[in-house]
Amino acid sequence: MPKRTDIHSVLIIGSGPIVIGQACEFDYSGSQACRALKNLGYRVVLVNSNPVTIMTDPEWADATYIEPLDLEALTAVIEKERPDALLPTLGGQTALNLAIELDEAGVLEKYSVELIGASVEAIQRAEDRQRFRELMAEVGVPVLEGVVVSDVSQLSRGTAPSVVRPAFTLGGAGGGHADTDEQLEELVARGIEASPIGEVLVEESVKGWSEFELEVMCDSAGSCIVVCCIENIDPTGVHTGDSWTVAPQQTLSDPEYQRMRDAAFTCVRAVGVATGGANVQFAYNHGTRELRIIEMNPRASRSSALASKATGYPIAKLAALLAVGLTLEELPNDITQMTTAAFEPTLDYVAVKAPRFDFAKFGVDEPELGTQMQAVGETLGLGRTFPEALLKAWEGLEGDAELPAFSDAHPYFLEELASIAAAKAELGSTRDINKAKRFGLTDSQIAEVLALTEHEVRSAKRSPNRLSVDSCAAEFEATTPYYYLSYEGSPTTETTRPVLIIGSGPNRIGQGIEFDYSCVRAAHAFKEMGHEVVLVNSNPETVSTDYDTSDRLYIEPLTAERILDICAIEQPAGVVVGLGGQTPLRVAAVLAASGIPLIGPTLEAIDLCEDRTRFAALLGELGIESPNWGRADTTTDARAVAEEIGYPVIVRPDYVLGGQGMVVARKAADITVTGPVLIDEYLEGAIEFDVEILTDGIRAWVAGILEHIEEAGTHSGDSACVIPGPSVTPELRDHIEWIAQELAGALEMSGPLNLQIALHNGKVVVLEANPRASRTLPFVAKALGLPIVDWACQLMLGKKIAELGLPRRPQPTRVWAKQPVFPTDRFPGADVRGPEMRSIGEVMAGGATPGAAYARALRAAGLSSMPGPIGPTLQSLGVSP
Amino acid sequence: MAYLVLEDETVYTGTMTGAPGVASGELCFTTSITGYQEAVTDPSYQGQVLVFSYPLIGNYGVDDRLSESAQTHTRAAVMRQARPAWSEWLYTRSVVALTEVDTRQLVRHIRDSGAMRCAVGAEDPSALLDVALNEPHIDFERAQLEPGLAMPPLALQVSTQEVLRFGSGPRVVLLDLGTKRSVIKGLMDQGLEVVLVPAHFDAEAIKSLNPSAVLIGNGPGDPAQLVEQIETVRSLLGAVPLFGICLGHQLLAHALGMRTFKLLFGHRGANHPVRDTRSGRVLVTSQNHGFAVEPGDSAEISMISLNDGTVEGLAGEGFSSVQFHPEASPGPSDASWFFEEIGDTCRSALISTAS
Repeated sequence: MPKRTDIHSVLIIGSGPIVIGQACEFDYSGSQACRALKNLGYRVVLVNSNPVTIMTDPEWADATYIEPLDLEALTAVIEKERPDALLPTLGGQTALNLAIELDEAGVLEKYSVELIGASVEAIQRAEDRQRFRELMAEVGVPVLEGVVVSDVSQLSRGTAPSVVRPAFTLGGAGGGHADTDEQLEELVARGIEASPIGEVLVEESVKGWSEFELEVMCDSAGSCIVVCCIENIDPTGVHTGDSWTVAPQQTLSDPEYQRMRDAAFTCVRAVGVATGGANVQFAYNHGTRELRIIEMNPRASRSSALASKATGYPIAKLAALLAVGLTLEELPNDITQMTTAAFEPTLDYVAVKAPRFDFAKFGVDEPELGTQMQAVGETLGLGRTFPEALLKAWEGLEGDAELPAFSDAHPYFLEELASIAAAKAELGSTRDINKAKRFGLTDSQIAEVLALTEHEVRSAKRSPNRLSVDSCAAEFEATTPYYYLSYEGSPTTETTRPVLIIGSGPNRIGQGIEFDYSCVRAAHAFKEMGHEVVLVNSNPETVSTDYDTSDRLYIEPLTAERILDICAIEQPAGVVVGLGGQTPLRVAAVLAASGIPLIGPTLEAIDLCEDRTRFAALLGELGIESPNWGRADTTTDARAVAEEIGYPVIVRPDYVLGGQGMVVARKAADITVTGPVLIDEYLEGAIEFDVEILTDGIRAWVAGILEHIEEAGTHSGDSACVIPGPSVTPELRDHIEWIAQELAGALEMSGPLNLQIALHNGKVVVLEANPRASRTLPFVAKALGLPIVDWACQLMLGKKIAELGLPRRPQPTRVWAKQPVFPTDRFPGADVRGPEMRSIGEVMAGGATPGAAYARALRAAGLSSMPGPIGPTLQSLGVSP
Repeated sequence: MAYLVLEDETVYTGTMTGAPGVASGELCFTTSITGYQEAVTDPSYQGQVLVFSYPLIGNYGVDDRLSESAQTHTRAAVMRQARPAWSEWLYTRSVVALTEVDTRQLVRHIRDSGAMRCAVGAEDPSALLDVALNEPHIDFERAQLEPGLAMPPLALQVSTQEVLRFGSGPRVVLLDLGTKRSVIKGLMDQGLEVVLVPAHFDAEAIKSLNPSAVLIGNGPGDPAQLVEQIETVRSLLGAVPLFGICLGHQLLAHALGMRTFKLLFGHRGANHPVRDTRSGRVLVTSQNHGFAVEPGDSAEISMISLNDGTVEGLAGEGFSSVQFHPEASPGPSDASWFFEEIGDTCRSALISTAS
């Protein structure tokens, strides 16, 4: 069937701010959908409140609204735009819920907006647990058995183990898991107490069973395919978002797998998913061969992003195209170009996903994983063996964590883990580095076992080759350049001298999608300048790991080992280390030492900014004010330093980045020190600013000055802010431009530079400088409507500020505010602001005044419900000049 | 150190696992992730050295219930990594196997250069090359060019020697050219009595069993070589409802006056998309064939491969056949309706006989 011609415009709803459980995978799905539908000639209208997404760059849709994702704002957008259709399946649960709200409020009917991709009935059949349970029973798909109980006497013996879920309590409060009948009675009694209607659901427990997810695609011709089966290495009981997972599944025999595939199709067809992607989750007991369906999501999900990146099959893009009437058979397989999208990908490698946690940020010392997701990011490792993939995922976490023990996992995984220890032992006796590399050990592990440096390991090993992620196990030739490294295949060397961009790895508090924004925008900008672009990243949720963002994509952990390996193949003209946050800066020194040219900040600039002593000295030389500070090792010394600086002071451990363990001390008694600390003047009552600067090494151009709403002392990432700032007088702006000019001249780097500045008792004090794209760069670019990243790319490649024709003192046409969002639903108290960053996402909103913009940002963050009109669409940032 | 040596003199290194010794045959690959045990016990792989493109083989262990016949049929298995229990299983069943092979590179080689003869073993590569070059050709046409290197019909090697009966109900005769157990099971699940007959049974012998339908089963080798069986099928056409699976489908095509040709490297895997030309739906099918039917006018093409447009099914008055494997094992059950079609045919034949 050809595309539908009875609809001309489609409304796409984004997923709003990043929160735990709903992150940048929906930037991936939404941006794919926007582009796919735009390419087909539909007018695409996008509503989202998230400023740091790629999809809200106005080039992606025909009309982009940065508005709160609520019924009122969406109704206003529909009233103004009159879209023919609404596609709600690519913006997570947020978009799906809003579609239902719009339907229930009669808005869709009033403005004749057709829901495409999923019907209201199908969404409700999947979402209403009781209806879903009944429907599955009807079509013979085994569901978790459960009974509703209002009195302990209704329980029969031998019911346990069970899960108790009190009715109508928030977040499972009052429920839990009972292993024995005695525990169950106790839990049920407690649950009945907790439930406002005195009812609990006693559900069959499948704790410890294996958990599987199938990503299904359906089209209007009635065809169904499974894109990927993902197996959770951690058994049920741990949220799939918190589990290590592997694709394809490893432990099911063919009949067991086919049974699950059949059940998934039965489920999807019974629920009535007409077109697009769906995610079906199962629990399976290997001992008894019992199968249970856990749930089904009739939309693109976090797992669809993972499945797309693990297989090369572009689920979100296809889901959008299927929603407008095309069939799988009509759509090409992008990767082979010669076959169709109507097939099931098959892999000849293993893909392991590792979750990234940030428990320490929230003061959780002994984390317990459960049914509620707590991970803040994820990283994907691809390899020809399970250990190779697992170790890449583990490296990609960028922490010093031990390998997980997976104590409750299927024996297969335990054998694979044991094989890693065995391979290390073998390496110790044979010293056969190439065998260890082919098995999958990392250079750092080999260095440790053999007591060598990583450099020595590198010199001794043979080089890896790149292998394609081709969706067909090499049966057809792949035309899409999507790669991973392994110690097989045949050597290739590129001769095009590309620009290589290092991404930002797994999302974490303080380093998330905003850096992916800069990387993706830069990939387009470098391409426009006529360069080939290579992207390296390990984060499967992102737009940067879409194979059509760059000319060549490598999914690899962002370690020196892998980046040097890629450089050996790619022979890049330069490596961009200034866009992916702190991660690329960490490998910059090793790259430079290996003779690889860096683009953007020089090593010297990075060191000047990061070394407190050197930075303070530099500011002193330039005559720029900076806060007083000192170092101390003992309590006595620390108190003496504090006395000299003058209270209040901020005291923090010397070795920690990102503000962990900081305290504000107002008197000597507040200071007790157990190791080396840094002591900083606390600028009480100061107003803080983020300054976004572009520099060519000689001149500086100040793009924007963001004024923080919270006072200095709150981590800049946790502060709400506005542009233009009401305190930014022309004199202050002059002064800031002078500082920018002085620093730019001293740092001798090109590209984006971010300053954090405080206005304290009439003095302008520089708190820190970041020689790279900042967290707030995407927000400023959208507020001003300027291609700041594109300009930064031109400067990085040697253009001069004077050649760019930059606007003088650009101002937004309205006031824009940014409000952080905290994971308080998972970590109570996460929104207590301090020197340590805890917010995970952010929203943006505009208004006529700073107050109006801020109020609307609070509404977009769900903290207020103040009504107000929608604003105009975002204006294009423009193509780079 | 052990080797896989191809007739074009390409050498791959690996480590012997499974049974020791030298094995030779036609090299082909499967892209199925699951079903390693089903594959090596599938009689359609008779005479072949099978490469698994999925690198981890043996992950979920072994289970006698998964075998597709009582014997193993692949001459050798070539893998990237074999788990210990699986290697042990191959050893006890005398299957020569090579592991630690760069199977992705090997698949790319076969994809570009086509299926070819090869030898596997711990011998010197030049000795293995001699073995490979003395291996008979499965391809009948090519064998004509090198007299003395014609493969005796493989299907006859794996066909039953005696008539076997399974289940009860309306009777279907299954002409055994190397049938998989799951084909018999697929028929029995329809409530049919299955009479499995040897490949040399002619039309008269089959008709004397009074079947409600005849299924020409799957099997190995070049269909053009099975002249007698093609004649049998031709004689049955119109006399009794005829069904074909894989090799059976190709024989039916020959009987209808169509021709078959050898594919460059065949279709082997569990993810092959096929369009059902009548419903417009796409089926994901399990496939294992090195030859395909040339399109012709003598029958409606009911199924088409979406990968390369080759014929995947034929239909006409009194016959219906599929090139893929509706019994799956391994692979998706999307085409299980094929057995329902056979069941319905047998049941309605019985009703019309009764009335």
